[in-house]
Amino acid sequence: MIIAGSTSVQPFIEKVAEHFMEKNPGVVVNVQGGGSTAGVQATMNGTCDIGASSRNLKPAERALKVTLIALDGIAVIVHRDNPVEDLTVEQVRGIFSNNITNWKELGGSDKDIIPVTREEGSGTRASFEEMIMGETAISDACLVQDSNGAVREIIATTPQGVGYISVGLVDEREKAIAINGIKPTLANLITEKYRFARPFLLLLRGEPAGACQSFIEYVLSPEGQEILGSSGLIPATQIAADR
Amino acid sequence: MKDKIAEKVLLVIALSAILSLALITFFIFQQGVPLIFKAGLGNFLSLKWAPTRAGFGILSMIIGSLMVTIGALAVGIPFGLAGAIFLAEFSSKPIQKTLKPVIELLAGIPSVVYGFIGIVILVPFIRNTFGGPGFSVLAASIILGIMILPTIVSISYDALLAVPNTYREGSYAVGATKWQTIVMLLLPAARSGIVAGIILGMGRAVGETMAVIMIAGNALKIPGSILDSVRTLTSTIALELGYAAGDHRAALFACGSVLFLIIIVLNIVAIRITGKE
Repeated sequence: MIIAGSTSVQPFIEKVAEHFMEKNPGVVVNVQGGGSTAGVQATMNGTCDIGASSRNLKPAERALKVTLIALDGIAVIVHRDNPVEDLTVEQVRGIFSNNITNWKELGGSDKDIIPVTREEGSGTRASFEEMIMGETAISDACLVQDSNGAVREIIATTPQGVGYISVGLVDEREKAIAINGIKPTLANLITEKYRFARPFLLLLRGEPAGACQSFIEYVLSPEGQEILGSSGLIPATQIAADR
Repeated sequence: MKDKIAEKVLLVIALSAILSLALITFFIFQQGVPLIFKAGLGNFLSLKWAPTRAGFGILSMIIGSLMVTIGALAVGIPFGLAGAIFLAEFSSKPIQKTLKPVIELLAGIPSVVYGFIGIVILVPFIRNTFGGPGFSVLAASIILGIMILPTIVSISYDALLAVPNTYREGSYAVGATKWQTIVMLLLPAARSGIVAGIILGMGRAVGETMAVIMIAGNALKIPGSILDSVRTLTSTIALELGYAAGDHRAALFACGSVLFLIIIVLNIVAIRITGKE
């Protein structure tokens, strides 16, 4: 069974797939990246069995069967030594549109800001634009990296850097910033106090059957959801229960 | 009989190389060129790259590729030429026998390793010493300059060795020093080989992708100085192909077509120059 798509979903699905394969020795689950759009296309033309997407489907793609497995918050991260703790949405927009260029303007030290964004077409970038940037365009002056990991690596090693990645992937080498005073913690994400979250979807071409069906059922089972939850995501079942 | 079979088999293999080149060429242009007409040349050569919102301008990347390539040559030519002159004219046989393979070994190091060294050592060094983000034209130029050294050194070295010894003897006989002999006689005599080496190195610098993505920062804005970040044509293709669909994907193939033309022109020039000899 091949699962392909969003590189944001990939590491989490890999974890779930490992457990799934332990329980079902006969099934081999192969998890590939490629991006949300590639995942949608691969599902539509049948080159993968299950697609993974970190954005909602466009009208032209709605023929696919969609399963929400979790929500993922997007965190704005800075170097761990950066004194800035809290930014407003407008300030984040200002940084990424290159209108705010020095940390001094944000209560930090007198150093140039080095914003790092994702490449055109990335699901994380699309969500960031939709949820935070709004009508404001991301500036051409931002550095561009092509994965959550690459952005995190630059921020971890660049004292003046600022970027955005999945909340679940933030580690102790960087610091997630509070937006409008609210930290991207799990509790704040579940209660929707922290509003910047996107859906993680699994996609099927037809009705679920066979191994695909049992895999999706496993992802939504208490065990699968527990794996996703412990990795920093908000499990789908938890959202349903809380709303 | 056996000879005939061997000949035919080799012919088929040789033709398959040409066939695959033809197929690759056809595929790249077939995928990319329609977009250039659809978007219009004005859009294609503009500065606005927003391929998901019908902005297909690749001018900043063409300029980026050129800047990085010129930077690489600025680093690679002096060091490469100096290395070749030392190897060919000043070093003894044992030194040549050790140094030349070592330099050629540089070509065997995977580009991702160069990029990694760039991220870990060069980028922080540039950031802390000169300021700016560190991910810059300068970082990419230095790393690419090192990467094209083996090409420049070994081709220039061969060209210098190919200059007949009678030239050197004649020069010494009229009282020229070793340095005068090299500058006024050997370098001009080996010129076509040296230029070919430089152009082949240039081709490698234009086409290099992985190392550049890792250390150039990939900002779309045209760099104002060598300490600013830069985006090349190859980086754009590699960064965005994973997510690209529709016109965006076609635009990346159009970038590929432009790169292909640049490389073809460079190679034709290289062949012309060496052919004159």
